[in-house]
Amino acid sequence: MQYMCLIYSVENQGPQPGSEAFGEYIQAYQAFTKLCLDNGVMKSGDALQPVSTATTVTLENNGKLEVTDGPFAETKEQLGGYYLLDCKDLDEALDYAAKIPTAQHGRVEVRPVVVWDN
Amino acid sequence: MLPPFQLDQAINRLVREEWGRILASLIKSVGSMQLAEDVLQDAVEAALVQWNEQGIPESPTAWLLKTARNKAIDHLRRRTRFKQLQPELSYLLDLQGQVEADGDELSEIPDKRLELLFTCAHPALDQKTRVALTLRAVGGLSTEEIARAFLDKPSAMAQRLVRARHKLAAAGIAYEVPSVEKLPDRVSGVLAVIYFIFNEGYSATSGEQLTRHSLSDEAIRLARVLNSLMPEHTETAGLLALMLLHDSRRGTRQNAVGGVVPLEHQDRARWNHHMIDEGITLLKVTLPKAQVGPYQLQAAISAVHAEASTWQMTDWMQIAALYEVLHQIQPSPFTLGE
Repeated sequence: MQYMCLIYSVENQGPQPGSEAFGEYIQAYQAFTKLCLDNGVMKSGDALQPVSTATTVTLENNGKLEVTDGPFAETKEQLGGYYLLDCKDLDEALDYAAKIPTAQHGRVEVRPVVVWDN
Repeated sequence: MLPPFQLDQAINRLVREEWGRILASLIKSVGSMQLAEDVLQDAVEAALVQWNEQGIPESPTAWLLKTARNKAIDHLRRRTRFKQLQPELSYLLDLQGQVEADGDELSEIPDKRLELLFTCAHPALDQKTRVALTLRAVGGLSTEEIARAFLDKPSAMAQRLVRARHKLAAAGIAYEVPSVEKLPDRVSGVLAVIYFIFNEGYSATSGEQLTRHSLSDEAIRLARVLNSLMPEHTETAGLLALMLLHDSRRGTRQNAVGGVVPLEHQDRARWNHHMIDEGITLLKVTLPKAQVGPYQLQAAISAVHAEASTWQMTDWMQIAALYEVLHQIQPSPFTLGE
């Protein structure tokens, strides 16, 4: 089953670019990605650029196109990246999610991907 | 043959007693808790009709399981005809193989309740849902009974249970005993569910007298099941002992006008001495294993009280010593107060 691991954190918390801790943080991510690849669970994964680069689109107000600067909601914790993992069950997906470096200071939401009947 | 009403009562009692075991085995066969729940319900309804006409069969449990499995085959066959779902097809084939193998022989129904207990208490479900699902799936309580215990509307409770089963399926939560590394945490989770049910049985919020007592009885029953399936886990025995010892005083906690009677003034002759003996025996077997935890310690404290013929004769030194150890493991305002 495929599980989306959505990585949330408060943007200026956690290791910041330029610091020594940041170098270790990046290495931790590289190690995690390698683990997923080696174990054959990695489907995809990426870091997202900061929320300041986000633009939101909707037609929810009477079909009128609205383009807004910023994320979908002004929450403290924002989406920072994701992994799509192919695991045998939820417990396996949770084990991997717990190893995502941002889980140390943020939160990872694990949600199964819809399986469409043919 | 029993008159219809008594027969129905006998059937309902039997179903309630065996529900957990049958359901657990069914889930393994059909791969889905919702399907297992549905076909077992149908089988029970069929039993109420057929057994009224023909009497209760020699092995009612095997009858229910076989009938439920056949209904599951019908269901899976109907679904597979229209959509080629690979996993369901393989369950269907396995299931048919099982039913053919059974024939008229009453095969031993493997006990899969341990897997079921762990699944119902999975951390992916919220606490209230864990409790409700355990009561339904393992305890065999009706949705109405569980709703009453929580002071919920039956429709709301039914929805909660359906959503829970859906999440189990959709999120791919496996029906298995957790791996060795995860076991300590997960067992704690199951024990917490059982203890919650027990305490709900004493809580003023859980409805009428009858419901309250049957909840504590249910908790004790669940702990017995868990203890028999995992005898090596000492805190399970500890919790069972704690609940038995606590419950042994049930008859003396209230006075004639419903006021609370504290331990000091309870009529010790009316304590249930069978339960006390059982609790103390459990502790005598478990404590020497030297894997002590909070439930065992609380049970031990309760046992010291239970062994004293009067309040004055209580071994307070021992109680103080036990509280000291308990405080070290699990500091709380209660242990400090003693």
